Amino acid sequence: MKAYPSFLLALSLGLAVSLVILARSDLAFAQTPDPRTISDDQVNAIAKHLYCPVCENVPLDVCGTQACEQWRQVIRQKLAEGWNEAQIRQYFVDQYGDRVLATPPPRGINWLAYLVPPIAILAGVWILIQAFRSWKRPLPASSSLPQPEQLPSEVLKRIEEELKKQ
Amino acid sequence: MEQTDQESTPTTRQTAGLRWGRIFAWIAVIGILIILAVGLLRSQQGSVNVGQKIPDFALTTFDGQNIRSADLRGKVLVINFWASWCKPCEQEAADLEAAWRFYQGRGDVVFLGVNYVDTEPEARAYLQKFEITYPNGPDLGTRISQAFRIRGVPETYIVDQQGILQFVQIGPFRSLTQIKAVIDPLLQP
Repeated sequence: MKAYPSFLLALSLGLAVSLVILARSDLAFAQTPDPRTISDDQVNAIAKHLYCPVCENVPLDVCGTQACEQWRQVIRQKLAEGWNEAQIRQYFVDQYGDRVLATPPPRGINWLAYLVPPIAILAGVWILIQAFRSWKRPLPASSSLPQPEQLPSEVLKRIEEELKKQ
Repeated sequence: MEQTDQESTPTTRQTAGLRWGRIFAWIAVIGILIILAVGLLRSQQGSVNVGQKIPDFALTTFDGQNIRSADLRGKVLVINFWASWCKPCEQEAADLEAAWRFYQGRGDVVFLGVNYVDTEPEARAYLQKFEITYPNGPDLGTRISQAFRIRGVPETYIVDQQGILQFVQIGPFRSLTQIKAVIDPLLQP
């Protein structure tokens, strides 16, 4: 009879320890991100806005080099760790510089890329409007052009002769 | 007279406006051309040439050590640009490590590995695979490779004690002997 409570105590302790171990392992498992849960589409949604400096002008989502494959793995890993797109893009900028971005960040001389095209378009529109206006305007009766009656008679005579020749 | 003034004023304004528009357009065009020219000149500059002083740079190694190139004056500096995805880099990795081990005891030759456009786990695995012991670090922001205007990897720059570039190896070194043949003449007897 004495052995029974001690057996129960040992069993309870064993169960408690097992539960703690299981809980901790579950916790550890929950903390370890699994990149396999991230789909290619999720990775490519971010990768298409990035460019690897090695393969210039090829977006990361369609680049086939080993370097790009490694980069996509990094995106997958970061997504699995719960990073958002902005954080991942910033990570790549910090690691490899601004040139990995599809569009330059709006600062410094990069502002030219954003300002010049709209200014050029507006200037072009303005020039066109001015040109159309000037074309539509009737020509002023210019006083500088001599009227036929104002021409000297010998000039008129010469013009008539020339016309007759033709 | 009043009638003439009223008629001429809009025309004068339009003419002045057009004139200013043209001036502005020309200034804009010239400005853009200057920017393009500067960009083109920069891209045409090519890499750092032999006989030129190398650009100063700072490298934080994978171990967290901060190395400034300016602090290494008085020593021969071997700067190797590499990447884990670069197959030719693997051809020279063992020779570079052997050269480092050969010169390490002297203290007047420093090897630096600059890891170009790479991912850290793969870079670390590469260093482990080839048992590389000289300082290596990532080229954060590709600042060092841009300063040297490298064309690819591997590239190795060998710099004398005064910070003047003495030799550039484009592509991998073929042997330890080739590396030693470049470094030895730079060392004081």
